[in-house]
Amino acid sequence: MKLLIRNGRLVDPASGVDRIGDLAIAGDRIIAFGDVSAEFAPDRTVDASGLVVAPGLVDLAARLREPGHEHEGMLESELAAAAAGGVTSLVCLPDTDPPLDEPGLVEMLKFRARRLSRCRLFPLGALTRGLEGQTLTEMAELTEAGCVGFSQAEVPIVNTLTLQRALQYAATYGYTVWLRPQDAWLGGGVAASGAVATRLGLTGVPVAAETIALATLFELVRATGARLHLCRLSSAAGVALLRAAKAEGLPVTADVSINSLHLTDTDIGYFNAAMRVTPPLRQQRDRDALQAALADGTIDALVSDHTPVSADEKTLPFAEATSGATGLELLLGLALHWGEQQGLGLGPTLARITSAPVAVLGTSLGSLAHSAGRLVAGGVADVCVFDEEARWPVRADALVSQGKHTPFAFETSGFELRGRVHTTVVAGSVAFERSGA
Amino acid sequence: MLSRRNPQLNRHGELIHLLSIEGLPRAVLTQILDTASTFLSVNDRDVKKVPLLRGKSVFNLFFENSTRTRTTFEIAAKRLSADVINLDIARSSTAKGESLLDTIANLSAMQADMFVVRHSESGAPYLIAQHCAPHVHVVNAGDGRHAHPTQALLDMYTIRHFKGDFTQLTVAIVGDIVHSRVARSDIHALTTLGVPEIRAVGPKTLVPGDLREMGVRVCHDMAEGIRGADVIIMLRLQNERMSGAMLPSASEFFKHFGLSAEKLALAKPDAIVMHPGPINRGVEIDSTVADGGHSVILPQVTFGISVRMAVMSTIAGNEA
Repeated sequence: MKLLIRNGRLVDPASGVDRIGDLAIAGDRIIAFGDVSAEFAPDRTVDASGLVVAPGLVDLAARLREPGHEHEGMLESELAAAAAGGVTSLVCLPDTDPPLDEPGLVEMLKFRARRLSRCRLFPLGALTRGLEGQTLTEMAELTEAGCVGFSQAEVPIVNTLTLQRALQYAATYGYTVWLRPQDAWLGGGVAASGAVATRLGLTGVPVAAETIALATLFELVRATGARLHLCRLSSAAGVALLRAAKAEGLPVTADVSINSLHLTDTDIGYFNAAMRVTPPLRQQRDRDALQAALADGTIDALVSDHTPVSADEKTLPFAEATSGATGLELLLGLALHWGEQQGLGLGPTLARITSAPVAVLGTSLGSLAHSAGRLVAGGVADVCVFDEEARWPVRADALVSQGKHTPFAFETSGFELRGRVHTTVVAGSVAFERSGA
Repeated sequence: MLSRRNPQLNRHGELIHLLSIEGLPRAVLTQILDTASTFLSVNDRDVKKVPLLRGKSVFNLFFENSTRTRTTFEIAAKRLSADVINLDIARSSTAKGESLLDTIANLSAMQADMFVVRHSESGAPYLIAQHCAPHVHVVNAGDGRHAHPTQALLDMYTIRHFKGDFTQLTVAIVGDIVHSRVARSDIHALTTLGVPEIRAVGPKTLVPGDLREMGVRVCHDMAEGIRGADVIIMLRLQNERMSGAMLPSASEFFKHFGLSAEKLALAKPDAIVMHPGPINRGVEIDSTVADGGHSVILPQVTFGISVRMAVMSTIAGNEA
């Protein structure tokens, strides 16, 4: 299969290239970038006039609810949602049912995802068995099965000695440990501590829940030399600690979710359960610090934190509602919205959802590490073609994902998302095409 | 993000549900208090009924047990000539796994006109108000730690009855404020009605500094908290807070933050002492104070019926 993407605005954040041109794909590779020889005879041509041709997006945090929700066809729908959102590689969390703590589970998941060929799937293995924070998993076996790192998802390890050993063991093999910094005891609330939680009578999660965990983790990184990826920072104070750790040269990277990047606790309004997300939405100074840190590279990547939640799990009183929001189809638009607010160009904006997350994944991607998240001749053909100027209201029926709940729903927010994906190419095959586009 | 209209007001700014005191204009509060005073005389008549809600069905939906509050709502609804149905949901449908909204849908199908809701989760009455039929009115009878607006209105009624003007008062609220829906609603009501000084008094575990953001002065010393106060509102200390990480013991709490005659002497000579009930004698309040000349705890209960009649008749008269 030969594919020609014609006359698009080619944007490669890693190299800084931003020019009008063509892209030629043969098999699963990009064979020419910019100027394509007249001799290239494509089987198919995509006219990208007026559209941006960028690397496929790389999302470092999504939940696909498999294993556990096979009967609902979750993997099918959510990988289709990824493709519809221009996401060509995604990292999924191990908090499935059962958790991804056995090589067989990871192999099955990878196998099923490959057969669907919508999006590349990179699972995080459970750091401890059953995510129970007690016994280490077989990290080397899990890595062979396809895990790119090890995580506790939302379950903090309570015992600091176990945490230290988990980091030591992972460091033995050079594996990255992905943890969301949250103290197990202070993290029990349902909204960020502050005026809104106090007023609404919701239990609070103080900033100290994040900063105490960060301080502990940084000490353990110093002691063990483990490579650490911090998932979904939420506070200005957390950003400050991260900045200092990076300045010190600790091997740490970090991401932020689309929700924390754009929203604050005042958006909870009158107990809107769509705003029930983890970590909880904090205050404006926190949001401003997260936006600035993503712009200056202190925070490496922007993630969708995609979590499909059914209507039954959401139409409940705020504290009882299941935490999480749909995100795969919103990642591009919310990145563009942030980039525009920050006055960044398209390249630096897209870097946070393409080349920078690939750098976080590093050598765990194997041969893909050299070309995923980039547009480069000879590299893998994972491409996202989108209309930067298009605006669209996020409505339940416009989403491919089975997760329909989002803080950005037009119905409640009046918000229109920027940027609409036109075509998504994964490994040289068209994984998504917007009908009527 | 869009600004969202207060869901308890219709587009004319009239009250259609009572979910929280927060965001209600002073005129709405004052009107309810004025209406309540006209009902006070009904309660003294031989025939204690007015026909304002004749033919209407009021469902008391108590997802959390409370005999006292439910009873006062029942009396208020009956004095307005409504049919009252009490559902002790804590022990029925939800125990069988029925969801909150399924319960509401089923009861709506029984032609309910008003739901009086108590629930252990903050915000539950908002969810119900959003999902019930447009003609149904919702009264929040206490949700989690969030709000107890009818209690706040009866507290305001009591204060106005004994003190007249709100704008010169110092009001101290004492005890477990962080877990108290009564305190939150009282603070909003007092602020809206123009009380210049509201103090939240208690140890830091029960009165965190965040409360300042609600416009109160936080006092961790009882003497500082009640000195010169015109009104002292004592809160009930729940059993589960009395020992553990919140407080070491009920007796230490009483010694430092319980209201004794000796501490009451620090307040103004004509200070009134209030309590939403039921009281824990010897824990938050001494019997001599609870039964003494400053106490208005029993008038609060009497006023509570008129205030709830005023709330129900007001919202029933406004269309969504």
